[in-house]
Amino acid sequence: MAVVFERPKSLVDIPTHYCPGCTHGIIHRLVCEVIDEMGIEGDTIGVCPVGCSVMAYDYFGCDMIEAAHGRAPATATGVKRAMPEKMVFTYQGDGDLAAIGTAETVHAATRGENIVVIFVNNTIYGMTGGQMAPTTLPGQVTQTTPYGRDPQVQGYPVRMCEMLSTLDGVALAQRVAVNSVPHIREAKKAIRKAFENAKNGLGFSIVEILSSCPTNWGMTPIDALKRIDDEMIPYYPLGVYKDKTAEEGNK
Amino acid sequence: MNYDILLAGFGGQGILFAGKILAYSGLMADKEVSWLPSYGPEMRGGTCNCSVCISEQPIGSPLVVNPNVLVVMNTPSLEKFIDKVQPGGIVIVDSSMVDIKVERTDVKVCYVPATELTTGDPQLKGGANIILIGKLLAETKMFTEEIFKKALEKVVPPKKAFLIDNNLKAIKIGMEYNC
Amino acid sequence: MERNLMKGNEALAEAAIRAGCKCFFGYPITPQTEISAYLAKNMAKSGGVFLQAESEVAAINMVLGAASTGVRAMTSSSSPGVSLKSEGVSYIAGSDLPCVIINVQRGGPGLGGIQPSQADYWQATRALGHGDYQLLVYAPSSVQEMVDKVTLAFDMADKYRMPAMILADGLLGQMMEPVTFPEKKTEFVEKPWATTGHGGKREHNIVNSLYLNPALLEKSIRDRFERYAEIKANHTEAELYLTEDADVVVTAYGATARVAKSAVNLARAEGIKAGLFRPITLWPFPEKEINEAVKNAKVILDVEMSMGQMIEDVKLATNCSKPVEFYGRTGGVIPTPAEVLEQIKKCAAK
Repeated sequence: MAVVFERPKSLVDIPTHYCPGCTHGIIHRLVCEVIDEMGIEGDTIGVCPVGCSVMAYDYFGCDMIEAAHGRAPATATGVKRAMPEKMVFTYQGDGDLAAIGTAETVHAATRGENIVVIFVNNTIYGMTGGQMAPTTLPGQVTQTTPYGRDPQVQGYPVRMCEMLSTLDGVALAQRVAVNSVPHIREAKKAIRKAFENAKNGLGFSIVEILSSCPTNWGMTPIDALKRIDDEMIPYYPLGVYKDKTAEEGNK
Repeated sequence: MNYDILLAGFGGQGILFAGKILAYSGLMADKEVSWLPSYGPEMRGGTCNCSVCISEQPIGSPLVVNPNVLVVMNTPSLEKFIDKVQPGGIVIVDSSMVDIKVERTDVKVCYVPATELTTGDPQLKGGANIILIGKLLAETKMFTEEIFKKALEKVVPPKKAFLIDNNLKAIKIGMEYNC
Repeated sequence: MERNLMKGNEALAEAAIRAGCKCFFGYPITPQTEISAYLAKNMAKSGGVFLQAESEVAAINMVLGAASTGVRAMTSSSSPGVSLKSEGVSYIAGSDLPCVIINVQRGGPGLGGIQPSQADYWQATRALGHGDYQLLVYAPSSVQEMVDKVTLAFDMADKYRMPAMILADGLLGQMMEPVTFPEKKTEFVEKPWATTGHGGKREHNIVNSLYLNPALLEKSIRDRFERYAEIKANHTEAELYLTEDADVVVTAYGATARVAKSAVNLARAEGIKAGLFRPITLWPFPEKEINEAVKNAKVILDVEMSMGQMIEDVKLATNCSKPVEFYGRTGGVIPTPAEVLEQIKKCAAK
């Protein structure tokens, strides 16, 4: 019988600690599929964040490093500069990348570090139980915005891809989602492109992935996927914000 | 002989370089040496000083508080440090830049109009510091001219070799100046 | 061997290259900046990496990344910048990674000043970051020792898989002294734990400091402290100068020890039996050595460029067996030999 679907080899065969309905699992699989397709597991070093994916080092089969909160792009810079011939990626959440680690993110990007950044945006701090994230939407209720995020008090959410797309060091800034099959296919293509960019030395590539958090949103997994379409995508439009390969193609 | 040397003036007068060349001379003469600059917020024209110790023994504190040699290139420095000089010490003053006289009688003072002596000769431009060092060498016999030349060759990068001759010219003027 | 005249900061940087340091990440701050400037100029020539980071925080985490791959990595800063590094240093210690951290101390707290100080003794020996761990701390006292200790620091960091610090100060960093570079071979060790890409030849390596299971975290810490015990037993270093018959033993480290040595010589010239105990490792503090140094002393005089930090270790190590007097200048003021001599005389008269 033909095998039509199987666990990627670079995804370790153990249960994860993610909640039911969480899309981290899908994103892990997509990253590992790309690593398998490119045949680079043995030459890849991943850097984990602090947040829900803090223990992703157990799930990715390549060599892994656990970074301090927000510092993954700096840690990845250290790895890549020490071993320029290796593939280096970070896997970060919104609090990690867009709050405590904003400086590390922006400067790794503007230096054009040849690394891949997988940015999981679910508009909330999951690991600590559902507090406001830098990407929490206006009006969104969290533990620390119990009356809804009020831009007059907590300010506005950060749109990272848009911001980073202005930097010369960035090769790819693309926002995708994993709440439907077409979106997942698109996400996979973006991740592949990011890894290809790093391989080709084009610079910093970030793939922002709109993700769900049924537990902390207080929703069923299906409603959570729907929220991505209804509330997140309108605020965080999917699309390519910067793509050096396309720009070169146009020239 | 142990020398605790303090050089002081404005930034840009070559205080640190003059100290460096003394320290290198000490190195060439196989002495123990140390060189310590004053450091602060980077500012051209600010006050500047440096401590140089040259000794037969290992050097303890490299910070010269009571010098037996003081080289000054501006009035505030003379005012600030003159009372710190050890009795019997020697003070070399750029009298083109310093408009006061030393009242102490227990130190030897040499007034050398070093900055004036450089005017008109492009080779001597910025060489007042080295003229003062020339006077210092003549007074103390701290090092021979030969040692000084070896030190220069060590300090001056090959690209700027012409500076060696310029400095040798300045040192000679200082050595031969009678005050 | 040829003697060169070099600034402490530059000599240290050159020694780091010679010790096989492959990656340096730093951020400008006075009075350590010459280290960065020297490495910016010379690191690439030796096939190494110099990168100016966007912050001290980023720099230390770049060190973490580079050290994870097994290369020798270093960062340097001065006091306020070292505070910023404390998070990363804790993670490096918790991940059992080797690296070298330089602190060319200046006055504090806060922005403080930029003149020489020793006010980070507690930070270096007790509290550079959270958690149960130690740094190996070397306190050079001359430009030559800046060279020798940075070389040793790399070897020891590798051997014991821990961060090592050179605790210098603005005076040592800025001064020039004759220095030679020994042809000592550095001791490179195998690093099978490094995240270099497994190449399909081994299980994946994980560099990590997270242990959610308290029993496992406790075990990892106990294992680390067993290594610390080995270092304590075998790798303390100190200089004893004229202590054999000394009535007054001055304790001082780093630049202050130079001042104290001058004062001891002045005291001896006046017929006072003074001596100097100079710890070279601050952690571990040289307990055996200090007890040897003070065995005939009537009084200990601790001298620091801070308000009395090392004095705690002096008292602990000697079990308060002798009275300990203190003299300190702080905020960037350097004590003079005459001042210290005055204190020695007071102690001798007691």
